[in-house]
Amino acid sequence: MTDERIQRMTMPKWGLSMKTGKIVEWFVAEGDTITKGDDVVDIETDKIAGTLESPVGGLIRRIIAEPGTELPVGAVLAVVAPTEVDDAEIDAVVEEAKAAVASGALEQDEGPQPQLVEVGGHTISYLTLGEGGEPVVLVHGFGGDKNSWLFVQQPLSEDRAVTVLDLPGHGASAKDVGDGSLETLAGVVTGFLDAVGIERAHLVGHSLGGAVVAAVAKAAPGKVASLTLLAPAGYGERADAEYLRGFAAATSRRELKPLLGRLFADESLVTRQLVDDLLRYKRLDGVDKALATVLGTLLTDADTQAIDTPALLEGVDVPVTVVWGESDRILPPPDGVGERVAAGHMLHMEAANDIVRHLR
Amino acid sequence: MARSITYREAINEALAQEMERDPSVIVMGEDNAGGQGSPGDEDAWGGVLGVTKGLYHKFPGRVLDTPISESAFIGAAVGAATGGLRPVAELMFIDFMGVCFDQIFNQAAKFRYMFGGKAVTPVVVRTMWGAGLRAAAQHSQSLLSVFTHIPGLKVVAPSNAYDAKGLLIQSIRDDDPVIFAEHKMLYDVAGDVPEESYAIPFGEANIVREGGDVTIVAIGRMVAMAQDAATELASSGVECEIVDPRTVSPLDTDTILESVENTGRLVVVDEANPRCSLATDIAATVAQDAFGSLRAPIQMVTGPHTPVPFADSLEDLFIPDAAKIAGAVKTAVDWKK
Repeated sequence: MTDERIQRMTMPKWGLSMKTGKIVEWFVAEGDTITKGDDVVDIETDKIAGTLESPVGGLIRRIIAEPGTELPVGAVLAVVAPTEVDDAEIDAVVEEAKAAVASGALEQDEGPQPQLVEVGGHTISYLTLGEGGEPVVLVHGFGGDKNSWLFVQQPLSEDRAVTVLDLPGHGASAKDVGDGSLETLAGVVTGFLDAVGIERAHLVGHSLGGAVVAAVAKAAPGKVASLTLLAPAGYGERADAEYLRGFAAATSRRELKPLLGRLFADESLVTRQLVDDLLRYKRLDGVDKALATVLGTLLTDADTQAIDTPALLEGVDVPVTVVWGESDRILPPPDGVGERVAAGHMLHMEAANDIVRHLR
Repeated sequence: MARSITYREAINEALAQEMERDPSVIVMGEDNAGGQGSPGDEDAWGGVLGVTKGLYHKFPGRVLDTPISESAFIGAAVGAATGGLRPVAELMFIDFMGVCFDQIFNQAAKFRYMFGGKAVTPVVVRTMWGAGLRAAAQHSQSLLSVFTHIPGLKVVAPSNAYDAKGLLIQSIRDDDPVIFAEHKMLYDVAGDVPEESYAIPFGEANIVREGGDVTIVAIGRMVAMAQDAATELASSGVECEIVDPRTVSPLDTDTILESVENTGRLVVVDEANPRCSLATDIAATVAQDAFGSLRAPIQMVTGPHTPVPFADSLEDLFIPDAAKIAGAVKTAVDWKK
């Protein structure tokens, strides 16, 4: 028996590896009326904390998840329903929700798993969530991977297909990057779109990924509906070369952790788990060579940026949106270019809800 | 992609991937093929606890089944290493190293030094350590400190499946003799391990948990015990930082010292006998180099100075557990001058 007037707010799945989340603080109370998109609760994952924007609107009848409790993805956090629904019915939903958590069934559900596809000799790992609409493809930056879109992919996939992929040399993709040039990386992304049957997509790229999607638009304009460039590489000459070279060279936690703080406006976002995940990536065979090669695409020998993204965009006839974190220390925001959000370089993690709004 | 596999499977996978990658890697030890060199899956035991199972047939001629003569086959492995192979020899129980100790400490450990760097000895001796298997006094010891004492040997003690794979790959690629100590009670414990090859550098401790009140340095199986204790202590408001050295030679003293500088308190957990042990070694290092940071006496949680008992109830008492660790943490936190 399901009453369509009752809506369940559930624990989101922010990224592939998220299995549980810990309730930090509610911003709403039972009896409040909320609208879709309101900030409702802060949730901590083992990687990073985020704010859940309500996927539903209406009267909050019951908040089930107490601050401090850790709950599996999919667990009901709160019940939203109009006053006409009587308390007994709400109680039944609450009991059912608690039973679902207690049974352990939610933990068993692994959710969608990433797939592998061959693109011109490169094995590429990707994951698509949602369906319909004009597809969106998200491309990460240097040393990142598809999981960096953890706060963006799921909410965006509510009404359209959203695909994240690992560039060659990154994440779970094969570690051979060839010459590591922008053309090679863009060629893999274009080939990837063909391989998975995406005819035309909205491309979103962060940092190096921003330059990559710009190069895709230049080489294959017919495949691109729009470009959204988040803190893209290739605007101006300045870059934190010490960070980029240090990241590529670091082999230990003690070397890596201080560097990672520069990625965020709020350095406390660099958790033990985030450092550990990056070290696990960096230790994989072939990653050191891949990063060293791609570094040569990003930086000149004089430690200035080697890519010229505005030049790539000349003659590209699709809508282009550029967004920067105002406190970006890795690629300082150039004057007069793009919009600003309150974040550092990892704006899609630190100001994820703003980015989701931009993309919608 | 990472998936969940056991410590035993992680070690097997590391061996298989390195044998695939490098034809100079060979495996040798007792019971690899049921003790008689015969083919056939039923007879290919893969060592006493089945860690190398499957390799005998997968790499014909490269998995040697040896007689029960550690002095002979460890010596042969050391010689083969100086001759250009990368042997991984299984010395069943660390307790048996007495019969081949000359080959390890007076030969393998000395070659690089005595030949002025012109000879290297890339041999790995895999061996089981630790109590808990009801295997009595001659099969249950934690003799890591004996090897750690000797310059020229590297000593590795993974506490989980991820570290086991990455540290064994590093051990095989390393040009020096490595004692790779596998805790026998961890073989069936699973964890997330990438399918791809990866190497974890030696001398880099893992921060298993962050906390500001007390540093717990724990080795091997004791890492999980320390995690249980830390979970319990967190509910009473005491935040433990757990450092797993992963390799005890080289030892990442920087990470240990930095942690103690933050917390001001140290508890060392080592299931070995207490005298001249890793616990005393780590405690002495911190007492010397971070004395000014200490707010309480260093606590050591170890086995007693006895052989490991055979009686179940006594063996359980011998091994440090979460309650003993939590007790030591409380002593450190509550300590007043």
